[in-house]
Amino acid sequence: MRALRRRRGALLLFLLGALPGFAAAAPASVDVAVAANFIGTARTLAARFEAAGGGRVRLSFGSTGSLYAQIRYGAPFAVFLAADARRPRLLERAGLTVPGSRFTYALGRLVLWSTLAGLIERGGKVLAQGRFRHLAIADPRTAPYGAAARAVLEHLGLWRRLAPRLVTGENIAQTYQFVASGNAQLGFVALSEVPPAHTPRAGSRWLVPAALYPPIRQQAVLLARAAHKRTARAFLAYLRGPAARRVIRAHGYGLPAAVRTDARRP
Amino acid sequence: MSPAVTADLTAVVITLRLAATTTLILLVLGTPLAWWLARTHSALRTPIEALVAMPLVMPPTVLGFYLLVGLGPHSPLGAAWGRLTDSTLPFSFAGLVVGSVIYSLPFVVQPLQAAFESQGRVLLEAAATLRAGPLDRFFTVALPLARRGLVTAATLGFAHTVGEFGVVLMIGGGIPGRTEVASIAIYNHVQDLQYARANVLAAGLLAFSFLILLMVYTINRRLRRRGL
Repeated sequence: MRALRRRRGALLLFLLGALPGFAAAAPASVDVAVAANFIGTARTLAARFEAAGGGRVRLSFGSTGSLYAQIRYGAPFAVFLAADARRPRLLERAGLTVPGSRFTYALGRLVLWSTLAGLIERGGKVLAQGRFRHLAIADPRTAPYGAAARAVLEHLGLWRRLAPRLVTGENIAQTYQFVASGNAQLGFVALSEVPPAHTPRAGSRWLVPAALYPPIRQQAVLLARAAHKRTARAFLAYLRGPAARRVIRAHGYGLPAAVRTDARRP
Repeated sequence: MSPAVTADLTAVVITLRLAATTTLILLVLGTPLAWWLARTHSALRTPIEALVAMPLVMPPTVLGFYLLVGLGPHSPLGAAWGRLTDSTLPFSFAGLVVGSVIYSLPFVVQPLQAAFESQGRVLLEAAATLRAGPLDRFFTVALPLARRGLVTAATLGFAHTVGEFGVVLMIGGGIPGRTEVASIAIYNHVQDLQYARANVLAAGLLAFSFLILLMVYTINRRLRRRGL
């Protein structure tokens, strides 16, 4: 019996050893939780970071709310790239982040988008004219882009009138699917998601002026459990650097005027 | 009652309505299908059995995504529905019913098929010698004999639809009062950090599921004891 148990123990050890994470020679890696709207950009950034020898980046995606809940209950992430400032701040208050690590890595830009060419004219007049059945937005209670969409509709005085026609996606990527599949004629999505203008699938769009909604500050934090992890710190430093900022801007995000580490000291 | 409680109750009512509608449709469609699968020697039997079991294997979100695209206005089906009803299947209660019928199909068909298969042919042949027609044989012999299968099928279909999440998440659009079901409401509460409200609804769902399964097992045991 004891021999059997010993053999089973040996087998378990062997299996554990076979897992790449347990192998001694495995390169340093970092687990990053990424908000749904930043998926495409995060993939590019991770690939560049890895190519530059920074270490392996493992990305997990979800809505900011889900990822927040997972982190609160011990999910093994080192870095959290949220779609808002609220959730990172809450984690900070709960003592789950490394103090001083929180910063805005991107400013979300909201666009009213349709796959139908010519549906959306300048100024988003179609909203007031109402030539559509469903308007897709992300859930304003949970998704930052949803809250921004609601702010825009309230600013235009259309929130009440359009409420019966709203369909809400759980996160901004799902909202995009509603519009891209044609089930909703138009919707408020992240600029980073929509096909580039002047391409065959561009449809029509209205880039909502930033003055119509409170800024979507997408913030990053280093989580306390990874305080000692060099790769995680390196990835965050890379995220603040000029190379990453170029990628982020090219994907349709704004950037805060100055990130502390960018300011050159005399 | 506070508006929050009312909203949660509405989600529960929609869930129960969806589950009841789905179960009814599945019993009407699933019983003849299960009967056919149990009796036929057709070469189509195996592929159709495999098709019926597909929703067991497919992740609900995948099914939901296919439905979103397949029922959308760019698809022939979605276009026809749009012309008929001037609405879209996704984001409507009817769309949720379509999704749930597909999603819960194996849970209804498989217990029924097993019940029909276990009957054997002797009693049906005896009924035939007494000049009972095929329909008569089905309704007076086969169906009553399959009642335990019917109870299991109806309950599993109902319970599985109550627990549905991925499909509704993909095609529902979270419209309060129309497509926001209990599981989605729970999820949204968690997202919104309203853990207390999520807990109340989740505990309710848990208790409900336990009661329903308890009921099936009790009924089935009674039927078995009576030799049915």
